[in-house]
This record gives sequence, C-alpha cells and structure tokens, in this order.
Amino acid sequence: MDITNIDLIPGKRIVGHFGIVQGSTVRARHAGADFAASMKNFVGGELKGYTKLLEEARKEALERMLAQAQQVGANAVINVRFATAAITQGAAELMAYGTAVRVE
Amino acid sequence: MDIIINLLIILLLLVAAYFLGTAIEKSNYEKIQKREKEFLNLPAVTSKNIEAMQDILSAEIVMGSIVVSIDYFKRFLAGLRNIVGGRIKSYETLLDRGRREAILRMKESAKAKGADIILNMRFETSAIGVVTQKKGSIGCFEVLAYGTAVQYKK
Repeated sequence: MDITNIDLIPGKRIVGHFGIVQGSTVRARHAGADFAASMKNFVGGELKGYTKLLEEARKEALERMLAQAQQVGANAVINVRFATAAITQGAAELMAYGTAVRVE
Repeated sequence: MDIIINLLIILLLLVAAYFLGTAIEKSNYEKIQKREKEFLNLPAVTSKNIEAMQDILSAEIVMGSIVVSIDYFKRFLAGLRNIVGGRIKSYETLLDRGRREAILRMKESAKAKGADIILNMRFETSAIGVVTQKKGSIGCFEVLAYGTAVQYKK
C-alpha cells in the first residue's frame, strides 16, 4: 500500500476516491519509563523512552488508518497528516488521517 | 545564617547549571551542524510539486521525531521570565535543536530508502504531559517532522 503526503502517487493514476480514512491510538505512559523520564527531566535533553513510545504509537495509528483504507477497497492513501493531542495528564492521542484512493 | 548559606547553595547550583547547560548546548549545535552538512545532497522542501514528476521511481512517507525536555534550572529561570514577559531564550534554543534533530532523523530514514528529495515536509509540535501550576509534572515537547521521500529514476 502506497502512502504519501502529497496529492498524488507519482507514476500512477488515481481512478477512484474513497474519502477520508483515519486511525488513532491513545497511549498512557509507563510508570517505570515515567520515573526515568522525570529523572532525566531534571537535567534536560532527549527523553528516549518517550521518543520510542510515541514512535510505536504513531506506527500503530498509521496501521489502523491503513486497515480502514483496505476495508473500503483502497490501495493507497494520499495527503496523510498527523495530529497529536494531550488528553489528560499522562495520556496522549496520536492520530493519522488521509484520503483513501485507488490507483493504477 | 542558615538562610544565607541555603541561598548561596541555590545560587551556586544555578550558576553551575547555567555554564554546564551552555556548554552542552554548544556541543550539541556543533554536532547538529556537522550532520546537516552530510545531508546537503538530500534536501527537504515544503512544496508539493517538483519539475519532472514523471521521472519518479518511488514515493513513500518518512518521519522523524524526538521528545525533548528542558532542565530544571532553565525552567526555573523561564518561570522568572514569565513574570516580566519577553523572549524565553532557553525554550527557543531547545525547540530549535529539537526540530533540527527531527529533520535529521527523518533524513536518515529517507536515505536508508535511497531517496533523492523529501517533498511536502511538515512539522508537528505538541506539548505532552505539561500541566501548568502543578508540581512534579513533566514539561516535555514532542517534535515530529514528516514528508514524502521521493526517489528519482536514474
């Protein structure tokens, strides 16, 4: 499945639009990682545990979006966007959305 | 007497943190600049279209992200700055470094895919776990850079 965040899939022709597809996940922080992060927070710098956590979460959001695209019969998603929102303390929602299309 | 000693210790810590933080920041910037030079042949652009679109072999989404947090003493200083307003330089450089690092990570993954250019690059910045006026909250930011890695037909 092709995913781009431009308006087309280069070298292929779009033959059908299926509208918007989206995938999201809400993640809470792990208590252990949280403790390590708060320690690291004292000196500043990169919080590697969080970077990894959010990377995985975003991958899952992307996969859910792809599953939805497959369900409607698309074989590519164009114009993909990401959004992140802190919902409550210690939890974040990661979302990916785009336009499902069929290309040839 | 005790109060004076305590104040002196705090002052000393702040001064030490200031010099240490500045030194770390400087070396960090040097590293980032060096890596940016390595990726000069892989530009990331914010436009969606380029010339000769038909000569493209493949296109795929790539992303790079980093979670950064500010150190305790700089946050303390930023808190003081909040009273009078104005630029908070420590946050500016923190976010600047974070963004450049995110771009570099995105370019690294694009290079692994053999890309020649990154189209329609976008930034996404979010504050996670920031609860104002609450002690013990972790003030950190996530910076995400993403775009479409494009490989030309050779």
